[in-house]
Amino acid sequence: MYVSPIREPLIRGNKNYSQVTKDILSPMAGKPSKYWYMGIALAGAAALMGAWASYETVFNGIGTWGLNKTIGWAWDITNFVWWVGIGHAGTFISAILLLFRQKWRTSINRSAEAMTLIAIACAGFFPLIHMGRLLLGFFIFPYPNTRDLWVNFNSPLLWDVFAISTYFAVSLIFWYVGLIPDIGTVRDKATNKIRKAIYGFLSFGWTGSARHWSRHETISLVLAGLAAPLVLSVHTIVSFDFATSVIPGWHTTIFPPYFVSGAIFSGFAMVLTLLIVARKALHLEDYITVNHIESMNKIIILTGSIVGIAYLTEFFMAWYSGVEYETYAFFNRAFGPYAWAYWIMMTCNVITPQLFWFKKIRTSLVATFIISIFVNIGMWFERFVIVVTSLHRDYLPSSWTMYKPTLVEVGLYVGTLGLFFTLFLLFIRVFPVIAIAEVKSVLKSSGENQKHAHHE
Amino acid sequence: MEKKYYRSLEELTINPDQIQDHEMLGDKKSLLALEQEAKKNNEPNRRDFLKLFGFTVASAAVVASCEQPVRKAIPYLIQPEEIVPGKASYYASTFFDGTDYCSILVKVRDGRPIKIEGNKLSAITGGGTSARAQASVLNLYDNYRYTKPLVQGEEASWSEMDRQITDKLEAISAKGGKIVMLTPTIISPSTKAVIAAFSEKYPTTSHIQYDNVSASGIRKANEISFGEAFVPSYHFDKAKLIVSFDADFLGTWLSPVEFTRQYISNRKLHEGKTTMSRHIHLEGGMSLTGSNADKRIALKPSQQKAAIAQLYLALIQQSSQNGPVAEMPAIANELLDAKGTSLVVCNSNDHETQLIVNAINQLLGNYENTTNTQVHLKVRQGNDQVMAKLIDELNAGLVDGIILYDVNPVYDYPESDKVISGLQKASLKISMPVLREETSSYVDFVCPDHHFLESWNDFEVKTGHYTFAQPAIRPIFNTRSAQESLLKWAGKEKDFRLFIQEYWEKNLFPASGYLSFTAFWNEKIHDGIYDSGIIDPKPLVYIDTDIEGLVGKASVLTASDIDLDLYYNISVGNGKHANNPWLQELPDPITKICWDNYAAVSQKLADEYGLKDEDLITINQTGPYPVIIQPGQEHHTVSLALGYGREKSGKSSEGIGVNAYPLVKMEDGSRHLQTAGVVINKVAGNYRLARTQTHHSMEGREIVRDTTLQEYLVKPNSGNEVREEIKKHLKSIYPKKTYDGFHWGMAIDLNSCIGCNACIVACSAENNVPVVGKEQVLMAREMHWIRIDRYYKGDPDNPELIRQPVMCQHCDNAPCENVCPVAATTHSNEGINQMAYNRCIGTRYCNNNCPYKVRRFNFFDYTNADSFQGNLYDPAEMTVDLRKLVLNPDVTTRAKGVIEKCSFCIQRIQDTKLTAKIENRELVDGEVVTACAQACPSQAIVFGNLNDTESRVAKMFADERNYHVLEELHVLPSVGYLTKVKNTNV
Repeated sequence: MYVSPIREPLIRGNKNYSQVTKDILSPMAGKPSKYWYMGIALAGAAALMGAWASYETVFNGIGTWGLNKTIGWAWDITNFVWWVGIGHAGTFISAILLLFRQKWRTSINRSAEAMTLIAIACAGFFPLIHMGRLLLGFFIFPYPNTRDLWVNFNSPLLWDVFAISTYFAVSLIFWYVGLIPDIGTVRDKATNKIRKAIYGFLSFGWTGSARHWSRHETISLVLAGLAAPLVLSVHTIVSFDFATSVIPGWHTTIFPPYFVSGAIFSGFAMVLTLLIVARKALHLEDYITVNHIESMNKIIILTGSIVGIAYLTEFFMAWYSGVEYETYAFFNRAFGPYAWAYWIMMTCNVITPQLFWFKKIRTSLVATFIISIFVNIGMWFERFVIVVTSLHRDYLPSSWTMYKPTLVEVGLYVGTLGLFFTLFLLFIRVFPVIAIAEVKSVLKSSGENQKHAHHE
Repeated sequence: MEKKYYRSLEELTINPDQIQDHEMLGDKKSLLALEQEAKKNNEPNRRDFLKLFGFTVASAAVVASCEQPVRKAIPYLIQPEEIVPGKASYYASTFFDGTDYCSILVKVRDGRPIKIEGNKLSAITGGGTSARAQASVLNLYDNYRYTKPLVQGEEASWSEMDRQITDKLEAISAKGGKIVMLTPTIISPSTKAVIAAFSEKYPTTSHIQYDNVSASGIRKANEISFGEAFVPSYHFDKAKLIVSFDADFLGTWLSPVEFTRQYISNRKLHEGKTTMSRHIHLEGGMSLTGSNADKRIALKPSQQKAAIAQLYLALIQQSSQNGPVAEMPAIANELLDAKGTSLVVCNSNDHETQLIVNAINQLLGNYENTTNTQVHLKVRQGNDQVMAKLIDELNAGLVDGIILYDVNPVYDYPESDKVISGLQKASLKISMPVLREETSSYVDFVCPDHHFLESWNDFEVKTGHYTFAQPAIRPIFNTRSAQESLLKWAGKEKDFRLFIQEYWEKNLFPASGYLSFTAFWNEKIHDGIYDSGIIDPKPLVYIDTDIEGLVGKASVLTASDIDLDLYYNISVGNGKHANNPWLQELPDPITKICWDNYAAVSQKLADEYGLKDEDLITINQTGPYPVIIQPGQEHHTVSLALGYGREKSGKSSEGIGVNAYPLVKMEDGSRHLQTAGVVINKVAGNYRLARTQTHHSMEGREIVRDTTLQEYLVKPNSGNEVREEIKKHLKSIYPKKTYDGFHWGMAIDLNSCIGCNACIVACSAENNVPVVGKEQVLMAREMHWIRIDRYYKGDPDNPELIRQPVMCQHCDNAPCENVCPVAATTHSNEGINQMAYNRCIGTRYCNNNCPYKVRRFNFFDYTNADSFQGNLYDPAEMTVDLRKLVLNPDVTTRAKGVIEKCSFCIQRIQDTKLTAKIENRELVDGEVVTACAQACPSQAIVFGNLNDTESRVAKMFADERNYHVLEELHVLPSVGYLTKVKNTNV
């Protein structure tokens, strides 16, 4: 495919195919660095804290959290939505950008998809742990039983079950299908017998024949077609948890598009956070270039602005609707006891991404890293604001209460962060963090040497 | 035709001969023979052995690993005639704790009392109850009760104890030593006869009645005004204008359940009534009664006497401008307009104050109209001065023997040290307590009395009005009725029941008009009530006293900076029943605080002393007491509840709050709850108070709708105009759901609800609602299925207080139902929003989506119903075996992680429906009564079938005052509220 020579190259350095393979497989070779060990020890410790918090929750009860008679959800659902949102970038990159033929996605899709899977796993943990009777959680599946009990298909929470599990399944298959040629490469490069056997098994007998490639391309497209609507549907359905309720601040028709763009927004921020560190640590600067970062930053400006407009629209509607409860709910968000959370959200999500209009900031790794962290924080607070500040003062002032998290709730959140980083660190040791085959496919058209060849 | 049984369709269609062929197989061998043959051929071999061995080991392992505790339910060998398992029996009885009186029915299931209900036959309480009466059944199962007689703290047998006591009594009697029988007010004629019999045996005995809530002032004033120390019978129902000086007659004053019933009968507006009484209340702190008043004036306790004098002067048309209350001339004019139909009451224990009140009532012609001197209210007969004298005598060593029956002066006498030192000087000290208490640790002999639900007794609460108590359970412990103990010591070996019967046969039966005593007795015991109709032949004559002199003296204002106003709250009252988790967790109707007492101060005083909520202060160097800022509090008055800070009474009361009895002022031997000029000091630190409602403004929302009588008369839907507007917008694309048969609904008259909390305790008892303790209430996790919201309105200095009972609204378009992923909460075909606990997985989505926030989540294992062991959370000890006896077997206890909420007492609905079905008739309106409605002394709650247009609830729904909270959400609630109407008289 023709690519204009004046476009910046997607892969830097005069690479040939063999170098690409070598570069990308290098993080998997040899012993891990001491930073990797430190990282996994820290992440593992955090995950253990999550295990303790889970035990407390299941054994002693939800009472170990800070919830009360009025506030039935707080950090649990905040974390759930946050993690689901983070998961969105991977699918967006690999499916929607694939369909739009965005070549720059090739350098980042693999790790973004891995992040998606891990994030969904972390997300899925919260609806489970938030159940008062986890051991009976299987009631939520519509399985045939002798008591003729059936689930309630009117409940958005049930829709969540299907949405999240479908999303996880499709993402997993998509990711794995993309991995097969690369696993073949890993197998071929392996010197150790056991390693060869394992990767040989995992590669499903990939030989790289034209037929294999043809089928691989086809299935990738089909899965992309399947995954693309999921990007939109999953967070839409998650937003239904709130939108279909009667609680002021939740009952809002704007939620589906607002949630989806927020999800992509936060997802990209998390991809940036991870990759800015990973490209440095794994010496992949030539593959994940400032160009890639800049492209992602542009998506952040777009989605961040959509989110900002959504916030303003909510406020406008709260006033324009003339519903006193709705008006109060939004007034309370901005000026009530949880105003600090609201203003953190506004600052992090609406103001900081706008800095990316400056090319200097958008192309600065340090600035991008800092802003990506801001967005991660801001998006967490967005969910906190929606969940907690809407609930804590709803219709009858007699029941208004305040909420404060407990160590157990913090532990659960820290635990999922620990799980997330543990799995991510394992991932970079086990699979190529960049899709080798896909990068190779753009090397000819967008590699630096090709560009030079044209110039000369 | 011969009946034909068949096992399968085949068998039915095939003729018998063929069946024969089926059973006889092959060469005509029967199945049995074949089986035996097969057995013979199948001698056990190695494989079978291994199979069996494997199976046995596996099943043994399985069985051993799922060990279930064996619980035995042993049926009656001989079924008692009146007991049907699973069916409740009701026994008429009486709740009287020395101060509060209630005629009750005791609900007994399988031999154990589980619930108190009001006795509708009572002319006094009319089926109403109080929170304390409702909660009294739990005291029966108090795990701190005395379980056996104790001699010097050691277990002893009754006979041994009787021998020792009788010896000592006789020795004292022989030397002419003084014996004192100290009791609370005794309104039981038979008990009085028992005491008389005891005094006959030991002639040096004197009987002293000691009330920790005393009406000494009233009695003494009446002795001067009428020549007889008594408390008259009040008729709030006949009063068109009530002026109360700090008398909390709806909450704690004299006979609150009776007064509530009377008061409300004159304030209900539906069913065609267009008049209601007017109520003016002058008080220092905000009381339950004050919060219900049409006009409430904050009055410093030290100025109360002057204010009453001012009223007197205003009434006799003298200058009254200089008194403490600016509105007094207007009040006097209103009173003069309502001559003969007004009532002025005052709680003061100062007899001079009460004398002026008497003079005012006399002046207004209220005697024999709204105050009846022919019928005496027999509660609070104690005389403070006599008690004070006794304490002095004890300390002087003049008393040799003292019998303390159901009194606890070590705790509730202001000068507790004197009581203790005095007791030590007596050579014989006997106590007869029911619940564990402080005084009994200072006596030689503890002779535990039965709980009233285990005993026989009779009561005469008003002249000629008798009620009974009968045992509803065999005594749980090795206790003995106090009367029987006294009879025994008096040398009369007699069962108290027989004693009562004989007493009645001799004294009351002759005038009853019955032919046989058995018929008389059986009928009265069944009803629990006997109204003899015999009252004092003629009203007492008012004797003029030097009122002018008193008024002149009273008009001189006492200068004081800060006044102390002690009061009894409606939950623990005088503290006798403090060890009752239901009562401790009951939020105060004004402050919504539970599990503590606290010093209520005004915003102004708080500003002066730099106080904020939960700071600590000392009062006259006692305390420290936590502070709350109370709207409507008189600027320089500090209010503090008595009844807390128990020391030896059990876990739910020990160390809960601070004992304020030492602050009760003793003056001329009288107990005064109000003290002028106390010193308060802020001290370092703070103390967290558990409050069930922390936001106090309605935020301008139309939640509790109210109006004034004057506006109501012009426009019946005044205050409720918004409803018309809302109804116009209630449209749905779905057809309106209809219900065949029943459509249950509940109407609540906000004008009748006084906020007494009886419904909350009744609901807890009926539905096994867990008690969660202070820490959980601090986390806003109380479990009450019904709550009473209260909001302040208007001027924070003297706000209006409005309240609203809120329970599940049983929405016909319920937002909770559609969000539950597992359909654990669904709608019944009778319009009830149901909760299937077994199906609930605890997502709490329903709770979030409930606009009324009435759903409650079991955050911990409060009930020991969880599948894990070792995670019980029960700070109030509600799951100890003894307390568990109070559980209602018709309602399941809920496990950890499950949502629960009001069920409209579905078990009562089902029970009543079944009864009607068995009796082959239709349900009658009013037959199904929810626990809250049953308990309500003002009948504010009406339950019934909305499909029946003639039902009371349907009529109330049709009233123009009716509205639904948050009706604009189109959730279609089944609970309606009638607007609150105040009589502002302008």
